[in-house]
Amino acid sequence: MSLPTTPFGALLAILIMALITYLTRSGGVLIMSRVPIGPRMERFINAMSGSVLVAVIMPTAVEGDWGARLALVATLVAMLLTRKPLIAIAAGILSAALWRALVG
Amino acid sequence: MASPSSTGARLDIAGTLLGMRRMAPIALFVIAFGLAFGVAAVQRGLSDVETLLMSALVFAGASQFAVLEIWGPEIPLVALIATTFAINARHLLMGAALYPWLQHLPTRQRYASLVVLSDSNWAMAADDFRRGERNVGMLVGGGLALWLAWLIGTLIGVIFGSGITDPERYGLDVIMGCFLLSMLVGGARQLSILVPWSVAALAAFVALRWLPANSHVIVGALAGGLAGLWLPAKGTRNTRRAS
Repeated sequence: MSLPTTPFGALLAILIMALITYLTRSGGVLIMSRVPIGPRMERFINAMSGSVLVAVIMPTAVEGDWGARLALVATLVAMLLTRKPLIAIAAGILSAALWRALVG
Repeated sequence: MASPSSTGARLDIAGTLLGMRRMAPIALFVIAFGLAFGVAAVQRGLSDVETLLMSALVFAGASQFAVLEIWGPEIPLVALIATTFAINARHLLMGAALYPWLQHLPTRQRYASLVVLSDSNWAMAADDFRRGERNVGMLVGGGLALWLAWLIGTLIGVIFGSGITDPERYGLDVIMGCFLLSMLVGGARQLSILVPWSVAALAAFVALRWLPANSHVIVGALAGGLAGLWLPAKGTRNTRRAS
């Protein structure tokens, strides 16, 4: 099942995203007013929120060109060294641009 | 007088304005992230209006970047829902942590305040709550400041991004991946979190190779989440102020 990327389809996709995101924002308070969130559920959610980012990055790492792969490595290294996302992202973009300019 | 043991909460304009002022330095950085999103979205084929609308209505950077990765000639519905939910599920824990505070607000104010719940204003508001502050203006004002900055940044990115015809040459196609990776590394508190992440990577890889298109997101998220259940109880908490 998928939506076409027509203006209507895109608008619908954005509204669905907005609705789901609001449900996560309000859901914690809503659930807590009935039953408390237990430690097991907390562990699951914490592990899942990072895991989904890992999963989303995988295609770039597996199927991307070497410029894109180098960008991920540069971002990782810069992030570990500086802990500053903007610097890490800049390092990634620069690496990809340099690789493609010099190596192709 | 507010003391750490006092209960109660209130929302007013003065507290909201103060919250906006306290968030201003961080909001400046958010403009840069919004700019990156605007450029990435336009390069991905979203129209200017769609890009701005997504930032205005969704207002959750990581999920917006992630959705761009599955945004093609068609938008797979299950992957869209799974990606948005899984990335934003952390809000559930953040909201739950504020429940003892927000339960004192009238219902309508309580659920309206949560519209702008985001990582930075949550962290600062949770800090206020622990110190016994009754005014929830940090949550609402801080959230409004972040929302405004995210929208302004997106607008600048849309204007800037529309003028670029050859994004790969400047490395702009990798913005999404680099942003998500930096968020991932920045959110890591314990080394043990690498266990569920490795499981997620492996599961996503398997799904990419052998399962239907776009299933890698939900397969990876669920596998990583389940792996997280076996971690020691203290080792997984990245919502530090949650308890």
